[in-house]
Amino acid sequence: MTKTIFFAPVSILTSFGSLADTMFSRINRPHWAPRPHSLSQTVALLRRLQSTLVIAEHNNEVLTPVTLNAITAAQKTGDVTCLVAGSQCGKVAEELSKVNGVKKVLVADNEVYKGFLPEALTSLVLALQKQFNFKYVIAPASATGKGLIPRIAAKLDVSPISEIIGIKDKDTFVRTIYAGNAIQTLKSSDAVKCITVRGTAFEAAQTTGGSGVTEKVSGEAVKNDQSSFISQELTKSDRPALASARIVISGGRGMKNGENFGMLYELADKMKAAVGASRAAVDAGFVPNDMQIGQTGKIVAPDLYIAVGISGAIQHLAGMKDSKVIVAINKDPEAPIFQVADYGLVQDLFKAIPEMSSMVKV
Amino acid sequence: MSGLRILVGCKRVIDYAVKVRVRPDKLGVVTEGVKHSMNPFDEIAVEEAVRLKEKKLASEIIVASCGPQQNQETLRTALAMGADKAIHVLVEDKDYSNLQPIHVSKLLAKIAAEEKVDIVLLGKQAIDDDCNQTGQMLAAILDWPQGTFASKVVKKDGSLDVTREVDGGLETINIKLPAVITTDLRLNEPRYATLPNIMKAKKKPLTTKKPSDYGVEIKSSHQVLSVEDPPTREAGQKVESVDLLVAKLKEAGFMKS
Repeated sequence: MTKTIFFAPVSILTSFGSLADTMFSRINRPHWAPRPHSLSQTVALLRRLQSTLVIAEHNNEVLTPVTLNAITAAQKTGDVTCLVAGSQCGKVAEELSKVNGVKKVLVADNEVYKGFLPEALTSLVLALQKQFNFKYVIAPASATGKGLIPRIAAKLDVSPISEIIGIKDKDTFVRTIYAGNAIQTLKSSDAVKCITVRGTAFEAAQTTGGSGVTEKVSGEAVKNDQSSFISQELTKSDRPALASARIVISGGRGMKNGENFGMLYELADKMKAAVGASRAAVDAGFVPNDMQIGQTGKIVAPDLYIAVGISGAIQHLAGMKDSKVIVAINKDPEAPIFQVADYGLVQDLFKAIPEMSSMVKV
Repeated sequence: MSGLRILVGCKRVIDYAVKVRVRPDKLGVVTEGVKHSMNPFDEIAVEEAVRLKEKKLASEIIVASCGPQQNQETLRTALAMGADKAIHVLVEDKDYSNLQPIHVSKLLAKIAAEEKVDIVLLGKQAIDDDCNQTGQMLAAILDWPQGTFASKVVKKDGSLDVTREVDGGLETINIKLPAVITTDLRLNEPRYATLPNIMKAKKKPLTTKKPSDYGVEIKSSHQVLSVEDPPTREAGQKVESVDLLVAKLKEAGFMKS
């Protein structure tokens, strides 16, 4: 039985692993990245001078994984202090104090932080800023971080920097614009730099090895009569979270309806993958919107991304093109997704996915 | 109840379907001769304002845009969708490259105060700079609550229930008026402006102002050092069958063999 593969030099085919390695290095060390040597020197210098506040994200029980990526980014700017604001969030503070690189954990435990409303959190951060005079205020570029950081920045009359993917030196940052189609390097002269961090661009900090000092801060002064939390409707799933999954399988308009996503869930469960979607699939009501991957949804960069029935519009590519290996399954050979796919299969997904599923051993 | 006064911010951006090109001097992208249109999230904001007016909850809709002369086309589009009057803050070309969310939010704050508005509706982000900052910064400057990434807005007595798109799903908050709302994609489906409405929009009032009229100086603390193309992915390969694909994935350790 001979199977042929098009366009592939034999040397690459013999080792998928080495291909993945090559791509890994390409993605993790882009042309704008500073050389490791100069970075370590800069970091060493900065550590003595700068202080950085990282606003930890959590649900009062556990830390949200993107916080760990933000901590790694923050370590490149200075000594890391983490803020845990919430109600009965002691467990999270304990978890954070063990995270490698965290020097101090500030805990603000008060009912006023219920729902993590930006009106309350901003007042708290401003009070802490007055006391500790941080040079950087950093949060993950999640819904909470994106809502909060610009509010803090405006109160400090500085210009925030959104979703950075790189730190060149103490005031030079790298981010994407135009749905990831251009990379902008900017220098900020603001006295306090308010930053959100794209989690997929930085490694997660180790959850052990740290010995941060925990300090309670008074949240008593913070009042918020402007906004209140009413309810939450979170999508329940046993699958890994999209942002941190090693494998992501996404469906698009080609899935035709919500029921057909069942096929993807089955494959995902066998491969321990998370399931995402294109905007078309979300807008058509196939799946909830928190599954959307793209410029206006979530940004993912898993080891393996399988795009099923997704054409590959600019806005979708913005959310996944830093994945290490991309597989596309689409019956249209002209679909733009094939231009970024490492492996493309031109086939009807309704035939390919069940076949693939039957071949995966659990 | 007297109707709410709503201010909607509209940005003119390169059309979402255009593949942008980085300028040869690597300090920006090519904008000359490129199709522009209203930022898609701002269209949703205008639509929401118009719907509130149609439900008789809003009395007047003011649209504002900060930027060069061509922004007036964007404002006319908003007027054709149903806004009542427009304010164009004319930012000269030399300043426009320095215009940032912090400046726009300061300008909008002045307009909101001057026009005595109850709600400011903005898109959650502009698809050019992808900042996602202006609404939050405006709320901070005005000291109003914010309802970001809204997928549903319900008017209550003196407040709004806003359903927000958050990472794990949806959450609902209540915010007191006056307030700032930023729109997410699923808030509504914006209408098309009809030809008669486009004609009518030409007669609606459009005032031109300057940043200095509001005492706002366009001075940026950010200096763009470079704008470059993202790294390109090398072309991959087509596999002929599921068998082969699975074999490759097994080899790479993504599946058990």
